[in-house]
Amino acid sequence: MTSLDGELTGDLAGDGLPPPHAHGRASFWREARWPARMAAVVACALALIAILSPWVTPHDPNAVDLAIRLQPADAVYWLGTDHLGRDILSRLMAGAAVSLGSVAVAMALILTAGIIIGGTAGFLGGRVDQAIMRVADVFLTFPTIVMALFMVGALGVGLTNVIIAIAVTHWAWYARMVRGIVLSLRRRDFIAASRLAGASPAQTFVRHLLPATMAQLLVLATLDIGHIMLHVSGLSFLGLGVTAPTAEWGVMIADAREYVWTEPLLMFWPGLALFISVMALNTLGDALRDRLDPSLRAEHGH
Amino acid sequence: MSALARRNQGVESRRRTDWTMARFILRRLLLLPVMLLAASVVIFLMLRLGPSDPALDYLRLSRVPPTPQALDEARRALGLDLPLIAQYADWLWKALRLDFGQSYVTSRPVLPDLLHYLPATLQLAGAALVITLAVSVPLGVWAARYRDGLPDQIVRLIAAIGVSMPNFWLGFLLALLFSVHLGWLPAMGRDGWSSLIMPAAAISFMTLSINARLLRASMLEAAGQRHVAWARLRGLSPRTVERSHVLRNALLPVITATGMYVGELIGGALVIESIFGWPGVGRYAVSAIFNRDYPVIQCFTLLMVAIFVICNLIVDIIYAWADPRVRLAAESAP
Repeated sequence: MTSLDGELTGDLAGDGLPPPHAHGRASFWREARWPARMAAVVACALALIAILSPWVTPHDPNAVDLAIRLQPADAVYWLGTDHLGRDILSRLMAGAAVSLGSVAVAMALILTAGIIIGGTAGFLGGRVDQAIMRVADVFLTFPTIVMALFMVGALGVGLTNVIIAIAVTHWAWYARMVRGIVLSLRRRDFIAASRLAGASPAQTFVRHLLPATMAQLLVLATLDIGHIMLHVSGLSFLGLGVTAPTAEWGVMIADAREYVWTEPLLMFWPGLALFISVMALNTLGDALRDRLDPSLRAEHGH
Repeated sequence: MSALARRNQGVESRRRTDWTMARFILRRLLLLPVMLLAASVVIFLMLRLGPSDPALDYLRLSRVPPTPQALDEARRALGLDLPLIAQYADWLWKALRLDFGQSYVTSRPVLPDLLHYLPATLQLAGAALVITLAVSVPLGVWAARYRDGLPDQIVRLIAAIGVSMPNFWLGFLLALLFSVHLGWLPAMGRDGWSSLIMPAAAISFMTLSINARLLRASMLEAAGQRHVAWARLRGLSPRTVERSHVLRNALLPVITATGMYVGELIGGALVIESIFGWPGVGRYAVSAIFNRDYPVIQCFTLLMVAIFVICNLIVDIIYAWADPRVRLAAESAP
């Protein structure tokens, strides 16, 4: 079995040096080029919209009013209304919350699993490490979408299960990264000193090894968030994730299918929102990678 | 060493290489059933130990009210009252004779139905792979040739758009442009080459973007090696150096990556089929997942695993054939 990632980011496990430390946000902003700055602005705006969406949507995103269905854009409904007379802009804003929220939960699960599993493998080494990494290899090589489809099939349809499926299909990348870094550092003197000073293995891990993995984890996570967003929306588009009437971008595109020839804007807006968000997050991830971890320069694709 | 001796040695080493190559392929082929068996165990356990009761789903899909009595009967009929290991043995014994059970929804045998839809999906994924390679290789070479110049920037922009574009949205946009506005291509159905172009293009945009960037990076890395400097010193033209000394090496990671693209492309095809009314396995599989039609999910996933593993085997063979170092490593291995 071949692994794309093994070929491309194999050097990760190799270099034992912790990545150069960030000089804080202000410096990132000053040194970033304009696409990265724009991406940062878009990402922040997106997060703000997602957090504030219950309060700031111009209309109720789920209020059905068939009298005003399929309205073109005007001063009241800035992007028009959909086939049930719901305000598209409000639904886009509410959709941002669902998309970003589910991605955030999925990412939290992935990071937790990756840190715990990868940390255990790296810290204990030996047979445990071998066993864990063989399992991880299966998850690394297998196509994520097919595995996610299977997971949803096993667990059932719904956003919660989609999030679990995404986490199950992505943790191995993080586990391998954490393991590589931990493995390269665990024989160093400061780890032995920490253990001699009476710290438990878990304490040593959290205090001395985890911080060294943070920069690379942050980079990988940022690069992956867009990819995961596409996954969630794609599964929702197929009707396996978020289900109507909840406002979510993939669902909105699926809803607009019947009207795609007569009202193409109906599917244009949610797709554009998704595209811009993913592009902003990817650009941000690229910039962070160049800043924090030049060794990760190779493409991360799976 | 005389010329003759040298030639004989060359023939000898080639023969040995052919033999190691055959052994390499044979070993991988023997590994294939083992991997499929392991996959079948995992798939079986995941579905059985999942949170829902297949008997309940069976009754729901047969529109039988789930009384305790009906549940008991369904369990017995589906063999769910047996211990797990017996269930698996039963399933495996039938699977070895290519009997993957019947769909809970249609009561038709699963495998013939899946195999009926599968070729269309593979055709779509295959076309997408052709587009991926045919577009990304020139793009990658072009970007690497003019590193940090305008072509590089253009390719970078295309790739940034490609990895961020939801493929199902791109499918709609393409259909709007080429079917509705220009009327060049059919929007729906599977009818000749013209109907293949748009769905394949929509699926391949992501992978071709990744591959163009990968090839660019790999070209630049290969160009920095000493044998390339030596080739330049010998006075070979830049194009010859690029083609025979840089691209040849730079394509090795691309071969590996192609194995990953196959999975992505089939996954993309499953999604895109529904937009273009492509009569592939996607709709069948998605409705099975939606309905928790276990025999279909089980057979479908195993089929996907088989395709993926076989494609990776082919990729590995091509890689070993393209990179002599792998053959030599296989030779020195016990």
